[in-house]
Amino acid sequence: MTAATAETGRGDAPRPVLSVRDLTVAVATPGGAQPVVEDLSFDLIAGETLCLAGESGSGKSMTALAIMGLLPQPTARIAQGSIRLADGTELAGLSDRALRKIRANRISMIFQEPMTSLNPVLTIGTQLTEVLLEHGACSRAEAPGRALDLLRDVRITDAARRLKQYPHELSGGMRQRVMIAIALACDPEILIADEPTTALDVTVQAEILDLIRTLQREHGTTVLMITHDMGVVAEMADRVIVLRHGRQEETAPVHQLFAAPRTAYARELLAAVPRLGHAPARPVPERLPDVVDVEGLTVRYPIRGGIANRVQAQVHAVENVDFRIAPGETLALVGESGCGKSTIGKALLGLAPWTGSIRIAGQQMQGLSPKGLKPVRRNIQMIFQDPGASLDARMTVGRQVGEPLVVHGQARGSELQDRIEWLFRRVGLTPEQIDRYPHEFSGGQRQRICIARALALRPRVIVADECVSALDVSIQAQVLDLLRELQQEEGLAYLFISHDMAVIDQVADRVAVMNLGQIVETGSREQVLRTPMHPYTRRLLSAVPIPDPNHVRPAVLARDGEVGSPVRPLGQHPVRLEMDEVAPGHWVARSDAAARSAA
Amino acid sequence: MSGSAAVSATPVRPGAGRVLRQLMVRPRSAFALVVIVTMVAAAVLAPWIVPYDPNDQMFDGLSLEGAPLPPSAQFWLGTDLLGRDLFSRLILGTQTSLIIGLLANGIAVMLGAGVGITAGFLGGWVGGILMRFTDLMMAFPALLLAIVLAAIFKPSLLIVAVVIAMVNWVQMARVIYTETRSLAEREFISVQRAMGASTFRILRLHVLPHLLYSIIVFGTLGISTTVLLEATLSYLGVGVQPPTPSWGNIIYENQTYFANAPWLVFFPGLAIVLLALSFNLLGDVLRDALDPKLKGRH
Repeated sequence: MTAATAETGRGDAPRPVLSVRDLTVAVATPGGAQPVVEDLSFDLIAGETLCLAGESGSGKSMTALAIMGLLPQPTARIAQGSIRLADGTELAGLSDRALRKIRANRISMIFQEPMTSLNPVLTIGTQLTEVLLEHGACSRAEAPGRALDLLRDVRITDAARRLKQYPHELSGGMRQRVMIAIALACDPEILIADEPTTALDVTVQAEILDLIRTLQREHGTTVLMITHDMGVVAEMADRVIVLRHGRQEETAPVHQLFAAPRTAYARELLAAVPRLGHAPARPVPERLPDVVDVEGLTVRYPIRGGIANRVQAQVHAVENVDFRIAPGETLALVGESGCGKSTIGKALLGLAPWTGSIRIAGQQMQGLSPKGLKPVRRNIQMIFQDPGASLDARMTVGRQVGEPLVVHGQARGSELQDRIEWLFRRVGLTPEQIDRYPHEFSGGQRQRICIARALALRPRVIVADECVSALDVSIQAQVLDLLRELQQEEGLAYLFISHDMAVIDQVADRVAVMNLGQIVETGSREQVLRTPMHPYTRRLLSAVPIPDPNHVRPAVLARDGEVGSPVRPLGQHPVRLEMDEVAPGHWVARSDAAARSAA
Repeated sequence: MSGSAAVSATPVRPGAGRVLRQLMVRPRSAFALVVIVTMVAAAVLAPWIVPYDPNDQMFDGLSLEGAPLPPSAQFWLGTDLLGRDLFSRLILGTQTSLIIGLLANGIAVMLGAGVGITAGFLGGWVGGILMRFTDLMMAFPALLLAIVLAAIFKPSLLIVAVVIAMVNWVQMARVIYTETRSLAEREFISVQRAMGASTFRILRLHVLPHLLYSIIVFGTLGISTTVLLEATLSYLGVGVQPPTPSWGNIIYENQTYFANAPWLVFFPGLAIVLLALSFNLLGDVLRDALDPKLKGRH
């Protein structure tokens, strides 16, 4: 046994399966080597789940990669410290050859993006057997049978058929299950999960977390989980290490951390986490004439194929959606990926082909030429999810903020300069930053720049598409505060598109829940989030991880019928959902079964 | 703002002066600039700086046996089969090679980038037709095409340049097409569309600056391939016609004597390699210097 065991000094002497001591990982930068992880020490106790939690840049992923010996070469390296397995094997500085024997056999890892971690040109079966054979876990004859067992282990439906399928034929959740099956193929002692559910929908996330917990119980695997989501931490962890700028801020059992965080940073971090059902009440906006009026909005994309390249099917991205937003009001569109919520935002901005009726500030957008559309555009602007991607890296941020004014011929010369400076101050930036380029700003600052650009034309409506999803929680709160402040002062109407129920709870006056291109439930925030009526809404809400380790989340509600697809053959249209008003302003679609029997 | 502390204190705008200074401080590009400036100077000043008349078949330019002379104090780079001073011919050849290199490549870059951007950004049937035509040109053996074109038109400096451009624009168009396609899907372009900016404005301010990287790299790489293609054409006898010297046709004229007088092939070959290398190095550094993200790195 290593010296690490003695250090824990507890009576029952828990057995560490992995001991990290004084780990420092340095990354080469033009200014010399910079540590991204500094003096990190921890023990991973057999059978526990340890969470490394922290915001972006905290070094949590680098720690995982250092343990796996997968640090990006040649920029990053372990500068000092040791990583030891229970039998004393030192992993730091081990040869690649020796590390390959450790990986999969003793430590394996699952990543955030299950699509990119699977090889797209090999079947699931091939990829599973490859791992088994590579590590000599079984003979060639046994391999297919073992592979099937592994898939059954991770509760994939129809496991035998999946073996012959390719990654693109599976959904994101199924791919992550396959990744877990591959990771557990050689029955490793340690499973490192690096943000395993961040790219997944909330209901799928709940299923995968359940699966990891179950497998851990069955196999006795020790889990090192890396996440930024305090909800996931609360649900999964036994112990938590909070990291910040590569340093260990606080290490505590999960109940202790959530109940009484000792360090200021952990307190801040936990305070910033949006909690479903704990949002402050919002002022009731006075009822003014609606500034957005959408009726019968439909967006369909053709799928072409065959020799003649004819339209063979259609993606019914948005079907017959109606909604209104008053000035000073926020309507939140919520739903899982592919439900059409972002497409609605794009249609409003004229970025997707649509039919139906959209009125912005009383002006009908239907049938307008690009030229006729221009004055309407002035009233509606959009903020995108990734501020890095929605800014041009090769233009100074000041010029970009001023661009809408130039395009619409609203200002030039020194007046333009003044307006840009005013906008910068408005969103909490300084005019000195005008001449810089986007890469010189942090994520939160970039989103402020995007907000400044969206405000330049003094629009009446802003479409915010997942505008805080890419930001750390503390920054998220600041940006949401800024949006709220702007709304109160300027009477802006927001269409707030998000998948995150807790964030929606913070910002929305009214909520519309979407599934397969149609709204299934809409009403005030209290109505939809506190007394959900539609089975889909209930299912969504039941899957949200709650940042409270004492909260025992009930199992995710079962899906109501088949997972539908928005792709339909030509001529076949989805059943239009009938809405019933269950309370004043609270509309709920009749459930699928009822709708089918009616049709 | 906490993040602003990490931001460099002095914002720098990319200006011509700053870029030039950057080019001069880096050894790679400083070397390239010196070579290119020297060659341009040699080309411009050729009539005044050549030690001998490049076309004069000198009596003392051959040995008693009638063989060309190796490099010596009198003829710095030796003489060719007809007793002409190789150094003088190389200097005059610089003129031809540079004109062809810049002219042919300039046309190719503009044509290729134009086709690539149009097809990539507009897509649809316009893009389809343009790219199928590009594929057709690509499938055609470049050298055969050049020879056919050169045979139809009477070879002159301009015609040779145009012929080379007709062959060379295709790769450029392909590369730029692919990049524009992916750029057109990016979010900051969607932002511009949503804003109501005109297609021309989007292309000029938000697409072209991002393509500069590829255009410069491929453009400078193109200069070397162009010079080499001109050498090939001259070598095959359909390039620049004698007695006008170009680096290519100097090699062509003297290749048979390579074993006995290696300097006749070595020096023009060296000139071609130097020019190509210099433009590639320059393109490399220019690309970094123009990227705001890589400011101040080497």
